[in-house]
Amino acid sequence: MSVPRAAQPPAFAEDGVAAPGRGLVDQPPTAPRTGWRVLPSRVVALCVVELQKIRHDRTEIYTRAVQPVLWLAIFGETFNRIRAIPTGSVPYLDYLAPGIIAQSAMFIAIFYGIMIIWERDAGVLTKLLVTPTPRTALIAGKAFASGTKALLQAIVVLVFAAVLGVGMTADPLRLLGVAALVVFGSAFFSCLSMSIAGIVLTRDRLMGIGQAITMPLFFSSNALYPTSVMPGWLQPISKFNPLSYEVDGLRGLLIGTSSRLALDFGVLVVAAVASICVAAALLPRLAK
Amino acid sequence: MTDQIPGRRESTAVPTTGPAGVPAIACTALVYSFGSTRAVDGIDLEVEAGSIYGLLGPNGAGKTTAIRAITTLLPVPPGMVGVFGNDVAKRRMEVRRLLGYVPQQLSADSGLTGRENVAMFARLFDVPRRQRGERVTAALDAVGLREAADRLAKTYSGGMVRRLELAQALVSSPRLLILDEPTIGLDPIARDSVWERIEEVRGATGMTVFVTTHYMDEADQYCDRISLMHRGTIRATGSPQELKASLPKGSGTLEDVFRHYTGDTLEEPTSGEFRNVRATRSTAARLR
Ligand SMILES: Nc1ncnc2c1ncn2[C@@H]1O[C@H](COP(=O)(O)OP(=O)(O)OP(=O)(O)O)[C@@H](O)[C@H]1O
Ligand SMILES: [Mg+2]
Repeated sequence: MSVPRAAQPPAFAEDGVAAPGRGLVDQPPTAPRTGWRVLPSRVVALCVVELQKIRHDRTEIYTRAVQPVLWLAIFGETFNRIRAIPTGSVPYLDYLAPGIIAQSAMFIAIFYGIMIIWERDAGVLTKLLVTPTPRTALIAGKAFASGTKALLQAIVVLVFAAVLGVGMTADPLRLLGVAALVVFGSAFFSCLSMSIAGIVLTRDRLMGIGQAITMPLFFSSNALYPTSVMPGWLQPISKFNPLSYEVDGLRGLLIGTSSRLALDFGVLVVAAVASICVAAALLPRLAK
Repeated sequence: MTDQIPGRRESTAVPTTGPAGVPAIACTALVYSFGSTRAVDGIDLEVEAGSIYGLLGPNGAGKTTAIRAITTLLPVPPGMVGVFGNDVAKRRMEVRRLLGYVPQQLSADSGLTGRENVAMFARLFDVPRRQRGERVTAALDAVGLREAADRLAKTYSGGMVRRLELAQALVSSPRLLILDEPTIGLDPIARDSVWERIEEVRGATGMTVFVTTHYMDEADQYCDRISLMHRGTIRATGSPQELKASLPKGSGTLEDVFRHYTGDTLEEPTSGEFRNVRATRSTAARLR
């Protein structure tokens, strides 16, 4: 009785229906990827999905652009005029623009965990976990998918900043560096979010925690003002905030302030990798 | 089970044709507990390759838990579950490459088109780019979704979503298709159409189908073999005819068989716990 049906002419030939699925299952995919090659392939697959989703529904990119636009157009312009924040020879609006780009990308990433909770409740996550995808590759894929989304957001803010007259670099290599910083920064914050999701397991709690940590992360970074004008107790905290390094790097690349680019990239890459590992370790809690 | 050097198992990663007689699924004394709830309480199963095998039981019987153990989603000790001779505890990735899995909830991504939903799984199963378009189309054809392929999945009816999920599971040419309540919440016409597709694909490819359901009539009509599951244990196994013949009066419906072996009826859910009800409801709610 073993697999006789495969050889038989299809039973449904009577209805004149062509054999569906024929050729489909005869040969499984030929060369399964193994070892390290799984990682980039899964990252690409999940980034493609993210781009397709955005293509079908762009509203989020625009609605999420409202806040950063207000920060630049109102807060930025005002403080530009009153010169209350010491930014050296750089106009305040120029100084602020990279900070707001980083902040808007972070805001997107920090709520990315909601998606994974939704996917869990909908059964999508279970299905992803039954594909030949190691947990770290799955989380890395999600992290960079979130980075892709944040990058599109950053481009919208960047264009608006240019419209406001912020003098930014047009050097393609530097812009590539900007993109890399935004992607790695978002990868870190989205993994932070997915880790919290793995701990609290519900959408509402994650929303609450997300709301609670975004502003502290924002204000304890150098996005709005130089670290040197912060209260003394806040300065060391700012050093532990990856957002500070993202902003420092973006500022150096975009408007040419002095920054420690090697350190900025190093911190963000290490933070992203570490957070991917933590989120991957917490993933089984979501899969239970 | 020979352990291979990572990165050098291309040739053996997909043992599509195991030695003759290797069962598609073999469970020996499978147990799984959630805290103090023993969801699966020592079941033995042997699913012959090429057959359609039904696992029947009321809400809370432990069907989904058993499936999650077989699909590598739950950690089980070695020696309990084998898929085509691969121990799920030791050869996770190899097992996953052999599986197509459709979970209980409707789990297609509503923000993507039908085609994109299927293409995502083609990528995650390493279908080479050259074959991808062709295979995705073949999978969509096999479930009768050619016309609707480029519409967003959120515009699909419940029956169409189920068929889309079937296409997602089929695109990787699995040897074993695992369907958890594929027809739950569907109207009779959609139920028939889902079953027809399952039968057609099985007829054309000879793949093994393992399916859970609590609809006795479906099991009677479509399954080669059935196990009746109740409160974590299997009470009876056989072909529908054998089971009906085993009744004291020598005949009856599967409904009678179930009552005979469990002293219980299917209509009275033995476990109307909130999470069960919620899972069913949320399935129903997504069927618009
Ligand atoms: N993640 C979980 N945490 C705690 N208990 C669980 C979990 N999943 C299942 N259970 C419990 O295990 C038992 C079996 O559940 P399972 O989902 O396997 O049943 P089922 O046969 O699939 O039922 P249904 O027809 O409702 O899908 C139930 O008592 C259920 O409450
Ligand atoms: Mg179930």
